[in-house]
Amino acid sequence: MIDNIQNICYAFRLMTFKKNLSELRPNLSIFIISFILFAFAGCGPSRDKDLNTLTVWHWMSDREAAFQELAEQFEEEQGVKVRFDLYAPSEAYAQRVKASAQTNTLPDIFGILGEKRDFASFILSGYVAGLTAYLNEKDGGLSWKERFFEKAVQVNEFLPGNEYGVEPGIYAVPLDITTIQMLYNKKLYEKAGLDPNRPPDSWEEFLSHARALRAKGIPGLVSGFGEIWMIEALASNWAMNLMGEEKVFKTYEGKVPYTDSDWVKVLSLFKQMADEKILVEGAVTMVNKTAEQTFANERAAYAFNGSWSVNVYRGMNPQLDYAVILPPKITHIYPMKIWGGAGTSFMVNDRSPRRENAIRFLKWLTEDKQQVFFAGRTQNLPANKNCLSDIPLVLAQFADDMDNTTHPNVYPVRENAAVTEAFDKGIQSILIGEKTPEAVAREVQKVKEKELRKKQ
Amino acid sequence: MARWGMDKWKHLGLSFFIHLFLIVVSLSCLFPLWWAFASSLKTQGTVFTDLSLFPKSPHWGNYYTAWVQADFGVYFLNSLFYTVTVVLGVIFIASMAAFAFSRLHFRGKNVLFFILISTMMIPIPGSFIALYVLLNKLHLVDTRLGYILPQINGGLALGIFLLKTFFDDLPKELEDSARIDGCGRFRVYWHIALPLARPAIAVLAIFNILAVWNEYLLAMLVLSNKNLMPLQRGLMVFQGAHITEYPLLMAGIVITVLPVLAAYLFLQKHIIKGITAGAVKG
Amino acid sequence: MNLQKIRLVAGNYVFILPALLLFATFSLYPFFKVFQLSVMDWDGISPKMVYVGFENFKDLLFDNSVFWLSMRNAAFVTFLALTVQNSLALFLAWCCDREIRGGNVYRVIFYLPPVLSGIVVGLIWNWIYDGHYGLLNHFLHFIGLGDLSRAWLSEGRTALIAVSVIHMWKGFGWGFVILLAGLQSIPRELYEAARVDGASGWVVFKNITAPLMIPVFILVSILTILGTMQIFDIIIATTGGGPGYHTEVPITRIVTTMIGSSRFGYACAMGVVFGLVLLAVSMIQIRVSKAMRQV
Repeated sequence: MIDNIQNICYAFRLMTFKKNLSELRPNLSIFIISFILFAFAGCGPSRDKDLNTLTVWHWMSDREAAFQELAEQFEEEQGVKVRFDLYAPSEAYAQRVKASAQTNTLPDIFGILGEKRDFASFILSGYVAGLTAYLNEKDGGLSWKERFFEKAVQVNEFLPGNEYGVEPGIYAVPLDITTIQMLYNKKLYEKAGLDPNRPPDSWEEFLSHARALRAKGIPGLVSGFGEIWMIEALASNWAMNLMGEEKVFKTYEGKVPYTDSDWVKVLSLFKQMADEKILVEGAVTMVNKTAEQTFANERAAYAFNGSWSVNVYRGMNPQLDYAVILPPKITHIYPMKIWGGAGTSFMVNDRSPRRENAIRFLKWLTEDKQQVFFAGRTQNLPANKNCLSDIPLVLAQFADDMDNTTHPNVYPVRENAAVTEAFDKGIQSILIGEKTPEAVAREVQKVKEKELRKKQ
Repeated sequence: MARWGMDKWKHLGLSFFIHLFLIVVSLSCLFPLWWAFASSLKTQGTVFTDLSLFPKSPHWGNYYTAWVQADFGVYFLNSLFYTVTVVLGVIFIASMAAFAFSRLHFRGKNVLFFILISTMMIPIPGSFIALYVLLNKLHLVDTRLGYILPQINGGLALGIFLLKTFFDDLPKELEDSARIDGCGRFRVYWHIALPLARPAIAVLAIFNILAVWNEYLLAMLVLSNKNLMPLQRGLMVFQGAHITEYPLLMAGIVITVLPVLAAYLFLQKHIIKGITAGAVKG
Repeated sequence: MNLQKIRLVAGNYVFILPALLLFATFSLYPFFKVFQLSVMDWDGISPKMVYVGFENFKDLLFDNSVFWLSMRNAAFVTFLALTVQNSLALFLAWCCDREIRGGNVYRVIFYLPPVLSGIVVGLIWNWIYDGHYGLLNHFLHFIGLGDLSRAWLSEGRTALIAVSVIHMWKGFGWGFVILLAGLQSIPRELYEAARVDGASGWVVFKNITAPLMIPVFILVSILTILGTMQIFDIIIATTGGGPGYHTEVPITRIVTTMIGSSRFGYACAMGVVFGLVLLAVSMIQIRVSKAMRQV
């Protein structure tokens, strides 16, 4: 190759000095031929018809090594070869899956990134196999489904009468779960003269602790609020706690306006955080990676982050001493709900001739032994609930509150994406002191009314 | 005599300020790359505490780890191949077309040029999906050709635009005298226009080398076979796996940046040599 | 028509044939596909699309203030890039075009920023702009302007300017390379003659350099407009469009619409409108420059 490059450079020089072309010709033709040969070297049958080789597409570069090991193990045990193909970053993966759906070239097993609506669209287009029967099949007393946390399965389930028109059932197998909660730094708590084993429970406690921390010059909360879904997660936690699920869903249905005093109250919480300077400077536009770096470097006492961060913090600062708590409660009338559910799920291609083998592989992959291995290697919460005793404490803390979890993907009604965006962006504006909660509530309601009108 | 002295002082003062300015701008450009390089020589433990720009005990092992773990070997050759092919393709095809648009007469010239250039302006969201469907129909998915051709096409609009600007300024007499000498269109293009456009071609080459070398989205879309993937694939996977390990990440980034810099070093000489070509014009 | 003439005409087409073939295959097809999708309601997955006529365009033109706000933001960055960034690039190119000591070294260094990946640029500038530990704030304290320090990327008033600075820093190297190439194709004899006549530096620039450089200026400004209006990766790496809508640009809007809310048809309509605006701006730019050239 390097020789070829030199040839080209040589060729260029010859051309520009207008030397005799015949000198150059043999070089050029050899070079062209070798290039063409190289160009077609990649041709040939890429997708073999071999029934005993499964192909899995994924985007998780941090888990690639663990997947490869599991694939080898499966081949040894069951004689079926599994090829994991990694397409990173996730945007590239998402494009690839959508494009492959258009040409009917999806692999045997794949994941879908995006909202439930996208998932539904894949199912309605006939690309995803229904797995309900397989998951309910009893295998020595317990069914496959009973291995998992209920919430992990729910995210992949479509209920009767769902708004997407999907036939009720379960369409994917959860591999791991995530919850998004609040974390606090114990060492910084001690530094501020606070009891490191008494984290805040209520909003008032949270405020007073934050004041104590600030008095010692310790910044308060950091989170990747530049990625607006993090704002959405925290705001909806508080909304559910303040007004209860019912009322939140009624708002999504358009029966309660965003200008309702409860919603204004939710927005005011962010105003209060801004006024008390609880948020770390710059968190409003921070990507979550930077926010994680800030918490890992002990430059913030609290973080709002997901269970994946256990692995991240371990990489960034192994000495970090922190614990997991629920976001501070506003009231005790309704329970505090946090976001949680399946982190990664795999779907089976309904049109694949290797469908049965693919399902067999997923079943094997979610057995206790493999799940413990997987959780240990990737520091993610296993979807299999029998494995909790075998994982690190902080990680298990994230799983403690599995019963209090919810997720937009299991809501009976979904808010329109444009409204959600206006709401989250509005909170950003409140956090930088540009708008009042009332003004944001009015703006969001205006967008909501526009979307409602469109629906009719 | 006194006048001469003042001029000299003025000249010295001017070049002092020019140099000062150039140095400040240079430092601002150098700093990030040097920072990345310095970070790549630290360890995970020291990268956030040791803020020095010259690490005391450089940790070269990061480069070895990055090279091996990211499988850079195969990817590196692939990237080299793709870059060279695409850049050559763009230069030849674009210069021919630009020559025609600038120098030859044919029906529909202006309309064609307008359409060609206007695609440069319209960002095509989701065109990837259309492109994939198309490549699939042409059986070019998972082939080198399927990765190369769309990229050559991607460089054409800019290339034609850039080269036409330079060809438009070539004195007509040069061409006429060549024609009198009995040169055909192809020889005028090959022997006169192309060599004279050398600075422009060098610029075009630099831009395209950078674009092709850094391309990863199309690679992920078109290629499945690891043996065909370019370097950025290795880097992307590596980034995903080591996003929290700054030193390793920076080592990977430095490895991928160096070849482009080398290419620029080589090509910028050609921009300078363009002076000679330019002198012909005068 | 005789055979010779046919050969002549056909020969002319041979020059553009390879470009046309590639272009027809890989540009026109996706191009028309985008137009086709822009009148559809499609989520990017399902095989069926619903024809909605000009509904998408109607909503976009009359009922989507955020999109037009994003256009205004991009126009602001573009204005800065056209003036500040390009003047800087021109000045640097002019410096390096002179027989200056170390000119070669500068030439290489100025092209470093465009070579860096978006990740590195994002990491470094996030660190420079950081509210607490940022280099910029440290510097301001150092020179006694500590009152000015702030989280530059997270304040409504400074976010867009902060992002523009990153963009200009990363982008001036491109303009520099093209302008340098342009300057170097100006025959040295012209300068010599002017020097003999005793013309000052500014007069030489105004009367010799500038007129000869007009086509290159047009080229650079059009590339700047196209490149800057489509600014994207820097935004994603630093502010993600926030705070609020202060740094939203058309491409972030298109991507959010396409991936965030899976409205492919609508995103394509945005692409078409955005493209037409760019086309119009470039055409005006070319016209104006041509008119100026004739003066």
